[in-house]
Amino acid sequence: MTLSRRKFIRNSAAGSVALAAPSLIGSMAQAQDGPIKLGSLHDLAGPLAATGEPMVYAIMLAVEEINAAGGLLGREVELINYDTQSNIQLYSQFAQQLAVRDKVDVIHGGITSASREAIRPIFSRFRTLYFYNTLYEGGVCDRNTFNTGTTPAQTVEKLVPYAMNLWGKKAYIIAADYNYGQITAKWMRKYVEDNGGEVLSTDFFPLDVTNFGPSISRIQAAGPDLLLSAMVGGNHTAFYRQWAAAGLKDEIPIASTTFGLVNEPATLEDAESRGVLGSYGYFEELQTPASQAFVKAIKDRHGAQTPYVSELAAASYEGVHLWAEGVKMAGSVDRMEVIEALETGLSFDGPSGKVVVDPKTHHVTRNTFLAEVENRAWNVLETFEQQQPLDTAAVCDLEANPNDTTHYIIDI
Amino acid sequence: MDIAIIVGLDVISGIASLVLISAGLAVIFGMMKIINLAHGEFLMLGAYATVLSVSAGVNIWFAMLVIAPVFVGLVGVIVERCLIQFLYGRLVDTMLATWGLSLVIVGGTTMIFGNTIVGVSSPLGGFQVGAYQSSLYTPFLALMAIFLMTAVFGVMRYTRAGLIARAVMQNPEMAATLGVNPARVYMATFGAGAAMSGLAGGLLAPVAGVVPTMGAAYIAKAFITVVGGGTSLLWGLISASGLFGFINQIAAFLTTPVFGEVILFVAAVVLIRMLPTGIAGRFFKGRL
Repeated sequence: MTLSRRKFIRNSAAGSVALAAPSLIGSMAQAQDGPIKLGSLHDLAGPLAATGEPMVYAIMLAVEEINAAGGLLGREVELINYDTQSNIQLYSQFAQQLAVRDKVDVIHGGITSASREAIRPIFSRFRTLYFYNTLYEGGVCDRNTFNTGTTPAQTVEKLVPYAMNLWGKKAYIIAADYNYGQITAKWMRKYVEDNGGEVLSTDFFPLDVTNFGPSISRIQAAGPDLLLSAMVGGNHTAFYRQWAAAGLKDEIPIASTTFGLVNEPATLEDAESRGVLGSYGYFEELQTPASQAFVKAIKDRHGAQTPYVSELAAASYEGVHLWAEGVKMAGSVDRMEVIEALETGLSFDGPSGKVVVDPKTHHVTRNTFLAEVENRAWNVLETFEQQQPLDTAAVCDLEANPNDTTHYIIDI
Repeated sequence: MDIAIIVGLDVISGIASLVLISAGLAVIFGMMKIINLAHGEFLMLGAYATVLSVSAGVNIWFAMLVIAPVFVGLVGVIVERCLIQFLYGRLVDTMLATWGLSLVIVGGTTMIFGNTIVGVSSPLGGFQVGAYQSSLYTPFLALMAIFLMTAVFGVMRYTRAGLIARAVMQNPEMAATLGVNPARVYMATFGAGAAMSGLAGGLLAPVAGVVPTMGAAYIAKAFITVVGGGTSLLWGLISASGLFGFINQIAAFLTTPVFGEVILFVAAVVLIRMLPTGIAGRFFKGRL
């Protein structure tokens, strides 16, 4: 936010002229007919860049499609993207910039739960509509925010019983040591116990741990039937390597809520990753026409080096289109009118299938999938049609409490 | 009993990896007094050199043990000529310059190779100890650490090059009057330190997630080890790696990985408070 003295004087001068001469206001109203502005906050540098890149590509694609179809309300949609460089401080700074200086009509962005909680209050304060398009631990209850990614009730709930049926009842949980990993580990424990199993132990790892030797020994000493993993980031990928190097991959199988969100299957050798189970709201390997067209459109534009097109990309794409549907229905970009339009239960048919806004929680009902790694890619085993965000629905009802803005840590 | 052997192997692997990741820094920081904040990036370059060579069809042993150190050694010589040679004796300036250098290396690597994880799989299999399994790569890393330390000792103690290097580090003016060109010795020493970092990066590539930002995970531990070890290149490094590796691995096994890290850093703080000149400054004074 830079406001130089010269600019300030110029603007206030313009303001007083406008006050003095109402006939001049007409020329200012023209700004209303300029492009509709869509703000985007994603990491394109630093450790999370590989995650942010396909999300931005997906948003670019959605905006391009909307403009090719004549824009919204006869106006073009302009994308303003800021690179937050995997730095929470920049999230806060650019969020204010988008809301106050650029005065965007909607913002799509945020990757980690930490970044979302940094910017969500800013958009509430400045009354700017916000879409968070990442799978996360669930529980955000905020009328100004729409969450298009999956939550544990949509994915972990499928993954855990499937893995336990295959492999056994005794689980060992390993997870990244920040809010996503901590809360996801709780969900894993709940679903293991709901299915008559037992959690032997839960270990959390700071994101910069690189030597997993002692933990691998601990896991062996506990002797679980399966390993549930919510490990995050490049350093944690080394866990799978060291696990395989110790020859344990075929002894104790792994199911994960994070593996393969970036490009782990393509990076690790077949022998290191074969058989890992995962469950998400979308897989690049999904063979529906809509999914194939989506992946092809992104790869055509960005070439072979495009990172894996994961749920995060699909949900970002669907998020932008859902917002566009809301604007079309409202006939306006006004925040409350768009929110009310979306709350009628608008839907969009995206690469993952039908995505429907849930008015009570501002999350979405969407298809989820379960897949297994094979030959360094995902092999989709099962599709679960139209899964509701039941976890958040248990604590959140925005129809009854429209002024709620809490991030509920669901008590399990 | 089996579990004791396995944990013992974990401790050895923890010590060996500390020795490997800190050796290059011990030469550059311990001997030359250059605070090299790009040390983590030297490791990363070694890992990338290995991964890229292997995917180009080079034998993995050759890539780790030859290509990685030679490549990073050359990078080190170029860095010394273009940047470091102007900054000897200016401690704070070297910090700023090498920090900038680390950003440039991370940015450049990201631009060329992308920011997704790459890697090679471990070339050795696992082995069985009773009911437990471990990776054969662990004892291999330990052997490499012993080999590296022996080589450093041999060169420093018994060769003319080692003697000249030590002389220049102690008193460059005096060495110059005796006909040695300090600039060239500095360049060679910096290159050797970088090459050792490259070797460590290459050796870690099969058991790490190789990304442009991976250096950040190693640099703090490398600095703690070198500072904790103190002024003596070899004994400081070995004693500090032994102590910290042992504490870290045992704590991580008995408690959780979070406390493993915390206890390591607490131990380092206490150690440096009690022995401000490092372990070697107190117990191995004046030794290599």
